[in-house]
Amino acid sequence: MSALRPLDKLPGLNTATILLVGTEDALLQQLADSMLKADCTSELKVHLARSLPLPCSVNRPRIDLIVFVVNLHSKLSLQSVEESLCHLDAAFFLGKVAFLATGAGRDSHCSIHRNTVVKLAHTYRSPLLFCDLEIEDFRAAMAQRLVRLLQICAGHVPGVSALNLLSLMRGSENPSLEDL
Amino acid sequence: MDETLAEFFRRTILKIPMTEMMTILKTWNFLSENQLQTVNFRQRKESIVQDLVLLCEENRASLNDAAHLDIIYTQFHRHQKIWDVFQMSKAPGDDIDLFDMEQFKSSFKKILQRALKNVTVSFRDAEENSVWIRIAWGTQYKKPNQYKPAYVVYYSQTPYAFTSSSRLKSNLPLLGQALTVASKHHQIVKMDLRSRYLDSLKAIVFKQYNQSFETHNCTTSLQEGSLGLDINMDSRIIHENKVEKERVQRVTQEIFGDYPQPRLEFAQYKLETKFKSDLNGGILAEREEPLRCLVKFSSPHLLEALKSLAPAERSGSIGIFS
Repeated sequence: MSALRPLDKLPGLNTATILLVGTEDALLQQLADSMLKADCTSELKVHLARSLPLPCSVNRPRIDLIVFVVNLHSKLSLQSVEESLCHLDAAFFLGKVAFLATGAGRDSHCSIHRNTVVKLAHTYRSPLLFCDLEIEDFRAAMAQRLVRLLQICAGHVPGVSALNLLSLMRGSENPSLEDL
Repeated sequence: MDETLAEFFRRTILKIPMTEMMTILKTWNFLSENQLQTVNFRQRKESIVQDLVLLCEENRASLNDAAHLDIIYTQFHRHQKIWDVFQMSKAPGDDIDLFDMEQFKSSFKKILQRALKNVTVSFRDAEENSVWIRIAWGTQYKKPNQYKPAYVVYYSQTPYAFTSSSRLKSNLPLLGQALTVASKHHQIVKMDLRSRYLDSLKAIVFKQYNQSFETHNCTTSLQEGSLGLDINMDSRIIHENKVEKERVQRVTQEIFGDYPQPRLEFAQYKLETKFKSDLNGGILAEREEPLRCLVKFSSPHLLEALKSLAPAERSGSIGIFS
């Protein structure tokens, strides 16, 4: 049960694997289904986990992108994600990690402030996406986005690498984040 | 017929919803078929009720009949009251007597009437050797208040009785004493169970809830229908924590069983524990005596909520039942 490393396995032919980590099983399952319905030229594999470290498995393919799903309604999900981040090899944070915050639409139910997640993403230098996974249309759109991200991180898009993408995405963020 | 009695009839019948009116009147069996047919059930409810009260007067209905109707109404609407559970016990040396229902009823009534001159006690036998008792409390100087009765459901073959919590709490010891003496027990104790759902309380107290025991076939069937997912699950989705999830599912199933849980709203128990802390020291951690706590759970459907807690949480199983 060692830390996950990004490049310790050989990639499969035309295969891209994404790992979704989060405590909300139902949401992860729905997101996984939406992703598999999206159009994609590569073969997709979705792994769902509650937290890291992952249980030992030799058959696991190389993971190309990890998305940590935080539910703003639940402090436990944030805590679980924070604890999981310690078990991740530092090389992953060069573009192969993203954070997804769900539940921002229902402000009255939110127990985590938006800025907490923003700070978390900033600390780990990774992109943060907001999406209400409970709403089907938003989920489908986010699934499309994640599929594109995954393809880039798996190296299936010529000319763009994960690291390129990271700097591209960071440029569009709010400059005031640098002050945090 | 006395005005107060007529008013009591009127109010009791008015409480009955129209959809249940015929069923309840037939169960009551006080007004004959012919009489019921003379009433026009298509009028406004107040007029129907007036006609019915006139019929009751014709039949010279007594307070006892009104009390019976009230019991039947409560039997149909038992979830409107909150029920407590009492457990009686015999003294160690006592013989096991044969239970005589009539003797129990007359003894119970006598005890209450001896203590309080003004009290109305009515009985109605029900299924499974149980009796529903309705008690309207009064005092030495006041007539019984028919609008705030207490109900007791006593299962004669068991030491358990269920009571609806009445507003007049001061009469509770007397009620307990009457039950104990009339049923030839020695002691009565209130259990820590309270609910609106009599059937659920019964299921818990008489241990009728379904608890499956592990058999060899259990584990194989879990693999097939496991994790509550569709059978057509996409094989491209892989659950990393599958083994753990299956374990939690199995433990939950062992504890709770597959069938719907009895419906419980409150649960509480006393706990004596020493203080555990991650930080070293602290005043509470050094305390020698254990801390005495009262743990209370409350929920619209407590057991289902606890059952769904296990798969949702990281930490494994929850074992509660005493």
